Amino acid sequence: MSYTPEMRESIKKVEATRPYRLHNDFPPMSLQEREEILRKFHPDYIEDKMRPIRVGVSKGQRMPLELADVMEGKPRIDPDKFDLSEVDYETDVLVIGGGGAGAAAALMAQEHGAKVILATKLRFGDANTMMAQGGIQAADKPNDSPVIHYLDVVGGGHFVNIPDLVEALVMDAPFVISWLESLGMMFDKEPDGTMRTQHGGGTSRKRMHSARDYSGAEIMRTLRDEVRNRYQDITVLEFSPAIELILDENGQCAGAILMNLETGEHLIVKAKCTVLATGGSGRLHYQGFPTTNHYGATADGLVIGYRAGVPLIFLDTMQYHPTGAAYPEQIVGLLVTEKVRGLGAQVLNVDGEQFVFPREPRDVESAAIIRECVERKKGVKTPSGMCGVWLDSPMIDILHGPGTIQRELPAMVRQFKRFGIDITKEPILVYPTLHYQNGGLQYNVDGSTVVPNLFAAGEVTGGVHGRNRLMGNSLLDVLVFGRRAGTSAALRSKEVKLGRLTLDHVRQWIRELKEAGIEPKVESPILLPDYTRKVK
Amino acid sequence: MAEEMVPVYIMGKLYEVPAGLTIMKAMEYAGYRLIRGVGCRGGFCGACATVYRIANDPKLYVGLACQTIVQPGMYLAQIPFFPAEKALYDINQLKPEPETIFKLYPQVLRCLGCGTCTKSCPQELDVRAYMAAAMRGDIARVADLSFDCIMCGLCSARCPAEEPQYNIAILCRRLYGKYLAPRSKHLEERLREIQEGKFDEEMKKIKSLSVDELKKLYSARDIEPE
Ligand SMILES: Cc1cc2nc3c(=O)[nH]c(=O)nc-3n(C[C@H](O)[C@H](O)[C@H](O)COP(=O)(O)OP(=O)(O)OC[C@H]3O[C@@H](n4cnc5c(N)ncnc54)[C@H](O)[C@@H]3O)c2cc1C
Ligand code: FES
Repeated sequence: MSYTPEMRESIKKVEATRPYRLHNDFPPMSLQEREEILRKFHPDYIEDKMRPIRVGVSKGQRMPLELADVMEGKPRIDPDKFDLSEVDYETDVLVIGGGGAGAAAALMAQEHGAKVILATKLRFGDANTMMAQGGIQAADKPNDSPVIHYLDVVGGGHFVNIPDLVEALVMDAPFVISWLESLGMMFDKEPDGTMRTQHGGGTSRKRMHSARDYSGAEIMRTLRDEVRNRYQDITVLEFSPAIELILDENGQCAGAILMNLETGEHLIVKAKCTVLATGGSGRLHYQGFPTTNHYGATADGLVIGYRAGVPLIFLDTMQYHPTGAAYPEQIVGLLVTEKVRGLGAQVLNVDGEQFVFPREPRDVESAAIIRECVERKKGVKTPSGMCGVWLDSPMIDILHGPGTIQRELPAMVRQFKRFGIDITKEPILVYPTLHYQNGGLQYNVDGSTVVPNLFAAGEVTGGVHGRNRLMGNSLLDVLVFGRRAGTSAALRSKEVKLGRLTLDHVRQWIRELKEAGIEPKVESPILLPDYTRKVK
Repeated sequence: MAEEMVPVYIMGKLYEVPAGLTIMKAMEYAGYRLIRGVGCRGGFCGACATVYRIANDPKLYVGLACQTIVQPGMYLAQIPFFPAEKALYDINQLKPEPETIFKLYPQVLRCLGCGTCTKSCPQELDVRAYMAAAMRGDIARVADLSFDCIMCGLCSARCPAEEPQYNIAILCRRLYGKYLAPRSKHLEERLREIQEGKFDEEMKKIKSLSVDELKKLYSARDIEPE
């Protein structure tokens, strides 16, 4: 499975330019150059791949065609026939989604005195959080400050981020790191306790904290273990996705309908407060892109939250990670962590030349790679007809000393070794891959939404990252706002009085679809992508 | 050109699938809509533990379905769930000492040192070595050696002494992270500064800037050198 002879020829050119590149990085772009390249080459700017949504509170907002179809989907249950009278579970706080945001919310809700149910679609921890490699940002070094962090966040996000949310993000950040440590997470440190931090795309200070390249896994398994230890107050329901929210007669959120993924049985959970933490939507494969996301990233929370009346924001911008694997075929689309560039690997064309600063914000870096392949035709072709550019991983050991790659990037080394490629000696072929949903449900600094008693946190939400999230700010986001949402939900649950349960909002939704003349293309939430070959 | 096909047995039943697919994609090719045994599809979550044998080879092999390429004559079985014991504890009440391991997981001392676990690990971790460290009560060593564990459960599934290796490992990592890792002085200092309101004025100011002013500041940022 190792590289083809043509690829090897190109690798020779990569090797030849290393001595020069040791001392010469390609210069970063100006803001104006960034704007230009984005407009011409970024997938978000392709007009006919987006359309406005035609129903609901954010009617008229543009989003990818694939998402709009799912959002305008037909509910999985018939509200006129569904019986809400037999409640299966009653609880103070229902958390929907067992990733980082959900686990953090459950823990904080429990600490604030609530009985919690955490319902999730697959296994607890089968989530994008588990897959994050690079790290988590926090301004905790003496040469850094939350204010500098703030500026990086809004600059990366094209200056449209919601200021209050950004403030919460950067000011809570050091507390989140400290919280994780108190739960026993192992960060990369110097012997004297100083955090070993790196740059990420768009950072002006080295504030990326990591746990080798298993940063997300280390966070997720630690939080999961802690949730399990608190079994007396937190009940975890696996393979039980939410398929619809339930409101009460006064328009407050009152829980959700879950579906046993294996038997199809419906379960009714009545909850004083509900936290939506269902993550992103990479498995919708916008514009046919491969994705880095886990199997269950199918926009479910957007669908059911929107039907219940929560407005949307920035869903016309998706993050394409600049460095998805382009070879070998078996792992196309899988993430090659940004930490590889953070540690000094440069991005090169077929002739071994640099054409972009290696640490531009992600959207800009992706656009530059697409330009190199599509317009300048200077990419490297793979046997399956894909095009990619080189990410020169061996530079890392040249810059920082032998053994650095193995120590800092064990997951990456292992990933490629399984397919016969040694990234400590050979560069990696990469092309942009669908990675992150920048926008989502609108929410407030305390995690609340416009629907009373409904909270939201994590990748399902939008606003804090503006139109482009920087690496390391999403793990931070899910923990900052997961914690806030869990705390708020628990406190709020002490005052909630619920009325009669209803699915009127679902009925209303079906009516709106009909009035708009929409014939839904799918039933949604779709819950899982369908990759089965259609057998006869 | 016709695709090269290979025969594989999924739960004992024969299917022809294209060469070069991962086990996971081969199952989907065969017509399975996966619910169990699939999570991240990228080698990070441990949902897709698989045991297999190859025709005419008596050995049992293990792998992650999302990371292993099919070979002709593979007999595949998924282990999407394994009921290993997990001790329940309050991390704040524990002490980072050998007795903690022995009390929560007394079976650790029954480990035979046979090394079946090491052979079963799809992450190629030396599970036996960290179990030996656990028996010595060397928490830091267990934490380090087990760090890349994705908790797929294959070690436990194959263990003749019925050890819950991966749960012992996470206990040690948490003990290490919480009690034994050196503290970060700069982090504690920053928490104090934020609590004292050191950044409040500046934060208020930057939040009130216009987009043009922010752009100017942003373009003038000094970037910490590599
Ligand atoms: C490969 C990869 C690498 C990344 N690297 C980094 C990084 O280095 N730094 C960084 O900051 N960010 C990174 N990110 C982004 C970051 O990991 C995610 O944005 C973040 O973890 C999302 O957390 P979450 O809790 O919102 O969602 P998730 O962690 O995805 O959790 C959502 C959970 O909800 C469940 N769910 C979905 N639908 C339903 C439903 N209907 N009912 C019940 N449950 C449901 C899902 O199954 C899942 O368990 C990376 C992402 C990926 C994919
Ligand atoms: S599906 Fe997560 S490790 Fe294979």
